[in-house]
Amino acid sequence: MLDDFLVRAALAGLGVALAAAPLGCFVVWRRMAYFGDATSHAALLGVALALATDLPILAGVLLVALTMALIVSALSERHVSTDALLGVLAHAGLAFGLVAISLVPGQRVDLSAYLFGDILAVSPLDILVIWGGAALVALLLILRWQAMLTATLNPDLATASGGNPRREQLILTIALAITVAVAIKVVGALLIAAMLIIPAAAARPFARSPESMAVCAVAMGALSVFAGLYASFAYDTPTGPSIVSAAALLFAISTGLSPMVRGK
Amino acid sequence: MSLIETRGLCLGYGNDVVLRDVTFSIDRGEIVTIVGPNGSGKSSLLRAVIGALQPVSGSVTRAKGLRIGYVPQQLHIDATLPLTVRRFLNLPHRQKASDIAVALTRAGVPELADAQMAQLSGGQFQRVLLARALLGRPDILILDEATQGLDQPGSASFYRQIEEVRRELGVAVLMVSHDLHVVMAASDRVLCLNGHICCEGSPEVVADAPEYRALFGTGTQGTLALYRHDHDHAHDHDHGHTH
Repeated sequence: MLDDFLVRAALAGLGVALAAAPLGCFVVWRRMAYFGDATSHAALLGVALALATDLPILAGVLLVALTMALIVSALSERHVSTDALLGVLAHAGLAFGLVAISLVPGQRVDLSAYLFGDILAVSPLDILVIWGGAALVALLLILRWQAMLTATLNPDLATASGGNPRREQLILTIALAITVAVAIKVVGALLIAAMLIIPAAAARPFARSPESMAVCAVAMGALSVFAGLYASFAYDTPTGPSIVSAAALLFAISTGLSPMVRGK
Repeated sequence: MSLIETRGLCLGYGNDVVLRDVTFSIDRGEIVTIVGPNGSGKSSLLRAVIGALQPVSGSVTRAKGLRIGYVPQQLHIDATLPLTVRRFLNLPHRQKASDIAVALTRAGVPELADAQMAQLSGGQFQRVLLARALLGRPDILILDEATQGLDQPGSASFYRQIEEVRRELGVAVLMVSHDLHVVMAASDRVLCLNGHICCEGSPEVVADAPEYRALFGTGTQGTLALYRHDHDHAHDHDHGHTH
């Protein structure tokens, strides 16, 4: 039985996987896991801002996520050791977001929709926005692929061969904010970072090149979406967390298989 | 016309000035080595020369259309990034397969094109970096402590490779190094830094300069002793020095 809302949910999830998986590869390669956390948790603050000012949720989230991503990006450029700082920002973003939403006057908000996503309630318009954002992110990554890879290896190396690593970092930052903004409806602020990192990590053992890793990560993400939706439908579990659980299982399986894949 | 020229160059990060008043130039085909203790501004100078660090004051002038082959101090490739040597050499610009083969051969590692970067030994890795620097048909090679982490035979053999490349291609070489005895012998000129240029000149002149000795001792350090030992045998020590 192909329920309409399931088809819409699958389409929304695929859109998110399309953007998050290849972007997640860069997050993993550049060791920016906390960067993803900080940015996506700050999205809650964006929700609060939108509710308080009657902005569309998407605009509020995009604005705050972008601000947070730029702050984190600037900080990580200045300090060598940012691990603790990023941890502070990631959790502070979450805490302030929750507090801010509770302070918005006049409405009782369904918090769990923003924390864990509400993929079964996506509208056709939501799907359009998600695919629009995903297409934009994919386009940015494809256009800047070579330059971003070089900058990921070593910023000075990129500069010496005529590149501009700061620009690439900025583009990644913008792509991350867009992804967070369109993914919050699907997996929620708490689990967006998981959709970035887990499919990429699960793809690693099967890849011999950066490109094949990105493609494989998209496949892993898509598979997680289908498996999570199915589990959610069959066992009545929350959908966003089910999708992330499926991704984590895929990661465990692919890591277990990796000695065989590598022929060692 | 020099390939690269700096005038009154002053470098720093935030409020910390690490290097001041550096005026130097390097010509076509020259080998110039920069020595100095940790934190003396060696790497900062190289970063300014390649354009990765904006000067606080002073200027860096690069010859028009100058092609730089840069070999960074260390390049950590995360284990999560699958990358063959061939793919690496195609960054950021796609290269012809034949050019890649030539560059790898020049760098002394013709067999490595399909190896994964993560599985290379230290010496192989540095040679692949050298191959990448050569692919751009550089006028000048810039090496930032390129033999860090290699053992002594490993770094000696790496520098022989650099000298061979210079002989074949006539490129200039600007390098930072800790391997004083190996490097200084091969250099046309040595620049000794410690927040500013302490002394400069031919390897012989620098090794005998009091500023240099104050920084590196006068033979108590193993490496320097080795260098001076060779040096004492090659030259009559009682003439021709300007201190």
